[in-house]
Amino acid sequence: MGSGRTPSQTIGPFFHDALLDKDRSELVPPDHPEAIRIVGTVYDSAGDPVPDAMVEIWHADRAGRYDHENFSGFGRSDTVDGGSFSFVTVKPGPVAGPDGEMQAPHVMVSVFARGLLKRVVTRIYFPDEGEANASDPVLSFMEDAAFRETLIARDEGDALRFDIRLQGENQTAFFEL
Amino acid sequence: MKEMREQSPGGVVGSRRGDPPYLAPDYVATRLRAPKEPLIILPSTLSDTTGPAYGRAPVGELDNDLTRQHEGEPLGERIIVHGRVTDGDGRPVRGSLIEVWQANAAGRYTHHLDRHPAPLDSNFSGAGRCLTDDEGRYRFVTVKPGAYPWKNHHNAWRPAHIHFSLFGEAFRSRLITQMYFPGDPLFWQDPIFNSVRDEKARQRLISSFDLETTVPEWALAYRFDIVLEGRRATPMEDH
Ligand SMILES: [Fe+2]
Repeated sequence: MGSGRTPSQTIGPFFHDALLDKDRSELVPPDHPEAIRIVGTVYDSAGDPVPDAMVEIWHADRAGRYDHENFSGFGRSDTVDGGSFSFVTVKPGPVAGPDGEMQAPHVMVSVFARGLLKRVVTRIYFPDEGEANASDPVLSFMEDAAFRETLIARDEGDALRFDIRLQGENQTAFFEL
Repeated sequence: MKEMREQSPGGVVGSRRGDPPYLAPDYVATRLRAPKEPLIILPSTLSDTTGPAYGRAPVGELDNDLTRQHEGEPLGERIIVHGRVTDGDGRPVRGSLIEVWQANAAGRYTHHLDRHPAPLDSNFSGAGRCLTDDEGRYRFVTVKPGAYPWKNHHNAWRPAHIHFSLFGEAFRSRLITQMYFPGDPLFWQDPIFNSVRDEKARQRLISSFDLETTVPEWALAYRFDIVLEGRRATPMEDH
């Protein structure tokens, strides 16, 4: 089924006034005791930043619950500033996987941009979750260690960095849903 | 994980759903941005069968009328754009956010990077939003957008279109697309429209003229029905 689905088309370059009229990059206030910052840059295959992308995130709360009480779990950022995006949120808890086993904490990510005819979907995993990451069903499916590493954010002290390379060397791993 | 697989970025999963491939070389911007590594087919979990509450955000009463956001009325041909949003099984997608944006009647966006030398209209911003009702229906009032040039190739013009952003019920149903108008003479040369390789799927991007919904002495109407991926993963064909 689903054969009658409406096809995707590119977001184009002119979406900002409609989709980013309000700042939705802070899922919790920056002074929240458990606030973390996730930053990154979107790059094309020439290594140039992509300043006309929109990055959306979706993730569980600290207890692994989606859309629970006051925590929406949804964020949106532009990349107008040199291809970079930024979110303030809390670290998600583990969520059940396809066979009921636990998945490591992760953030679902969609990237839309001019030149992308459909979104790319990826996941941000956390560098301090070595054990959970090792047994995560999605990460452990990926045999190529370097490809797998593209899904794990880097700890920069005041922020977690997750750069997104759309194409070329060190391309980020993307998913088909 | 026996159900996890890989999939080439332009491969059958995308085309089965009617989506374009990432790489469509005639659309020049895809050449440096289309991923080329195999896609990992993600097994369905709560992470993608749930979706943001933002998709059910409250919207203002006039947010779906792009002709009443300023002091005066915008220039152009006033139109009603409406339709139904359903999932792949034909069930209505209820209370779900739709965001739209478009050029004005002259083919110009308010966006500061739009350099097309066509006039801006101080009575038109070209952005709207609404929620689907209990039957999945939505309705906008706007003006018909103009075609505009975009430098992709010599004498390249985008057919008139309205950009649509939809959330549906889950992360996996998220869709951004474009609605076109019937009989547009610019379809044949537009690599974005034609990036959808499947003829039937491509036709689903074109609204239909809807005489029944026109309002005599006031506005013409177009109908654009939208089918989103459901909350549950559609079963993979094995071959
Ligand atoms: Fe456009």
